[in-house]
Amino acid sequence: MSKDNNLLGWIDARFPLSKMWEDHLSKYYAPKNFNFWYFFGSLALLVLVLQIVTGIFLTMQYKPDGATAFASVEYIMRDVDWGWLLRYMHSTGASAFFIVVYLHMFRGLMYGSYQKPRELLWLFGMLIFLALMAEAFMGYLLPWGQMSYWGAQVIISLFGAIPVIGDDITLWIRGDFVISDATLNRFFALHVIAVPLILVMLVVMHVLALHEVGSNNPDGVEIKKNKDENGIPLDGIPFHPYYSVKDIVGVVVFLILFSIVVFFMPEMNGYFLEHANFEPANPFKTPPHIAPVWYFTPFYAILRAVPDKLMGVIGMFSAIIVLFLLPWFDRGKVHSIRYRSTAFKGLLVMFVISFVALGYLGAIPATETRTWFARLFTLGYFSYFFGLWFISKNENTKPVPERVTS
Amino acid sequence: MSSDGIDKSRRRFLTAATTVVGGAGVVAVAVPFLASWNPSARARSAGAPVEADISKLEAGQQIIVKWQGKPVWIVRRDEEALASLPKIEPELRDPASDESIQPAYTKNQHRSIKPEYLVVVGICTHLGCSPTYRPEITADWMGGFFCPCHGSKFDFAARVYKGVPAPTNLVIPPHKFVAENVVLIGEDGEA
Repeated sequence: MSKDNNLLGWIDARFPLSKMWEDHLSKYYAPKNFNFWYFFGSLALLVLVLQIVTGIFLTMQYKPDGATAFASVEYIMRDVDWGWLLRYMHSTGASAFFIVVYLHMFRGLMYGSYQKPRELLWLFGMLIFLALMAEAFMGYLLPWGQMSYWGAQVIISLFGAIPVIGDDITLWIRGDFVISDATLNRFFALHVIAVPLILVMLVVMHVLALHEVGSNNPDGVEIKKNKDENGIPLDGIPFHPYYSVKDIVGVVVFLILFSIVVFFMPEMNGYFLEHANFEPANPFKTPPHIAPVWYFTPFYAILRAVPDKLMGVIGMFSAIIVLFLLPWFDRGKVHSIRYRSTAFKGLLVMFVISFVALGYLGAIPATETRTWFARLFTLGYFSYFFGLWFISKNENTKPVPERVTS
Repeated sequence: MSSDGIDKSRRRFLTAATTVVGGAGVVAVAVPFLASWNPSARARSAGAPVEADISKLEAGQQIIVKWQGKPVWIVRRDEEALASLPKIEPELRDPASDESIQPAYTKNQHRSIKPEYLVVVGICTHLGCSPTYRPEITADWMGGFFCPCHGSKFDFAARVYKGVPAPTNLVIPPHKFVAENVVLIGEDGEA
């Protein structure tokens, strides 16, 4: 190597800059057959950066204090130059984050990206999802509106369902007998420092795990099985420049859609910013209809579908836990939906319908009929996992090609 | 030094002992961090008893008092409301308040010290919403409290109906009458 004489050589002798660039970008070989569904990983990263940057600037104007929080958000909206844009980018970013993450996860379900050897990659991803839900939940308290307040009251009360110690735990989380300034202040600290740190670390681990095992692809075949004389996968192309350029196309399309929401419909008709949240928190008055933001509604619908308090909470958390265990529910060897059985396709369709239906039911007030539908779709949600375990043992799959198809 | 005579078991013991002592230190130092999340002295003192003047409360009316930051309702029930209490019992989950939280001196049918005055914490035992007072009696509603969040229903004595998500009756706080028309909430008194 004759690089020793220039600046890069000087750095490389002291820090693995070129090595990291090559390992993760210019010589990271990704399958050449990525399709539309492979945009969402890099988009999630983009939204994470967007949230961190807008979040940092919002903290410069926001006051995490029960007496002034609501007014400080309105101050950002009205008096701070471009404050409305920072806030709308942040609030729209939260919903956008869940949209891209849900699509990213669905891609994993379709192409078996959680299957061996990518179980740990999936688990890191699920931990990111969990951290993201915590981050979104705590961030939603900060504007200190009616829905912030009562949403947090309901979710924290969930822990009260734990036998014996439940009430003490809720008291400890709130730091007061009700949601109060103490709760707001600690949620601010968690939302701004603790959870983002964890989130960033988990993302690094997720990417490291991905680059260790290599990317899956729409055919679900291992490209590492067929390598040329230099040890480079025959069906692989370097991530940079091929996929970095492809992802930029995704970024442009995403930012167009994102900007339409930010500039023309930032409240998204009450789904991104709920109407009740434009009223300051009032501990004495519950809004007539409490619903979480749309990205939590599928799980909220499961909670409401169960008539028993403790069982409802267990049901809701189980809905997350089964996702963690997905790599072990699926006993199949074939990864991609392209070569899996009709039974698998049926199960996946049922799962998607159940998830979307639960999301809808969780957003509207419950009636007796709707509760029965919520129960039906809760059954559909869980049946996916147990059905998958059942059918995947001896699945009637199609022959999987040796190499990726174009 | 020679590496021949490595005492592996001694090394293992020292490693284990260091780990255990270090682990105990980590646990000990975690205590102040976790304990800082408990309600502070200021929050606890804000939980001190509060007095409420009920001299202006008319029959059928409700007032809300803040105690420990929670809404506490004082409802003056009229004859019709009191008369509904025994009639509605077959529809209630815990009519005798055996599984619910209340001071012993209010564990009765009307769940209060004086039958007329109900003093109750206005927080749903399901997930902590604040139910609304619905005193008007209609064909399909016997009057009482309704929680808009998840549809829990309570009668005029804040007793929970069957088949709703709330598991128990609303909580009765400790309270006593310090004068004919003054209630002290947060402190036990005699029946």
